[in-house]
Amino acid sequence: MDDIFRGQLVRLGSIDPQTLAEAFTRWNRDTEYLRLLDDEPARPRSVNTQKTWIEKELEEGGDLQHSFTIRTMEGDELIGFIGLFEIQWNHGNCWVGIGLGEREYWGKGYGTDAMRTVLRYAFDELDLERVTLSVFEYNPRAIRSYEKAGFTHEGRARQALNRDGERKDILFMGILRDEWKQLQLKEKVHDNIST
Amino acid sequence: MNGNNGETDMNLQKQLFEGERIRLASLDLEKDAEIESKWTQDAGYLRLLDPSPARPRSPLLIKKSYEELEKRAEEKGDHFYFTIRLREEDSLIGFARLYGIHWPIPFALIQLGIGEEGCRGRGYGSEALELLLGYAFQELRLFSVGAHVPEYNPVALHLFEKAGFVQEARLRQSLFRQGRRWDMILFGLLEEEWRVNHG
Repeated sequence: MDDIFRGQLVRLGSIDPQTLAEAFTRWNRDTEYLRLLDDEPARPRSVNTQKTWIEKELEEGGDLQHSFTIRTMEGDELIGFIGLFEIQWNHGNCWVGIGLGEREYWGKGYGTDAMRTVLRYAFDELDLERVTLSVFEYNPRAIRSYEKAGFTHEGRARQALNRDGERKDILFMGILRDEWKQLQLKEKVHDNIST
Repeated sequence: MNGNNGETDMNLQKQLFEGERIRLASLDLEKDAEIESKWTQDAGYLRLLDPSPARPRSPLLIKKSYEELEKRAEEKGDHFYFTIRLREEDSLIGFARLYGIHWPIPFALIQLGIGEEGCRGRGYGSEALELLLGYAFQELRLFSVGAHVPEYNPVALHLFEKAGFVQEARLRQSLFRQGRRWDMILFGLLEEEWRVNHG
């Protein structure tokens, strides 16, 4: 069996609250990153605040979420985080969120690789049926990445964001187990042809 | 005493919580918990309402959830919960709420349920929704509201469409009920769309 925590470029690592809190505090100085990440007002937070928050999330999340750090295979650098959350076990459904705090890794396939790896975890390890995400319309790099990972566009919450005096939409995307399986088969065929 | 001889643009006489036949009211922790506990014996009602697993709940459990609800509303201010009561009898028939309020946008989700079986299909839900939307847009100054409705709930789909909500997204096969998968429909209504019919 494959190591399900390893992709091509990154691996999914465990969360050490202190280390991740320090990284969050570093990344959160970058408001472009923050405004791509979520719809909370951007603000700097201390390592202590971040650490308390991470510990609380890990403790309260229980079986309803699975979060990981994203680390490069080469050099083992901590570059972001990814998590499955709001798992609804009775429906086999959950949400996924990802953040790449280290800017030099943007647009180079690291995020897509992390997403593919966490989808495999969702479908093969947790046996879920569907994964959902939301993304802001002004984040084409992320949208392209999610499309590559196999997500389908499912609609938009109109004017749901407020940025620099302008209203922006939030897009919803989803991937079903069957769609993901089909992708795996295609990729296998592709691998066989190219080797 | 206002300076313009009683003339004012603001109609303070207009009651925000009074509909024609129903009113939006606060909770009566003891009595309402008894009644809502009876509603939770109705799995059909629960499954139309939300995705959490249907389960009967005791009055004690429900009372506790009311207490948490009220505490959270006071401390965090991220939701508003109303009971729906018949005006004449002053009897509890359901609930309506704004929840998940995100003030920087500002946006809220909306949900309502008529738990009292004999009171369904009479337009009480529409009346409550009308009041709640007025409250959301004219008292809370929300920019927009949303609602999540499973595709197997045609009554709710109709209710929100009639109130002017737009189907914005369809989360395919999000729900598992009765042995098969169903879509979740996401609705949205902007204040500027609502205002067209409620100047």
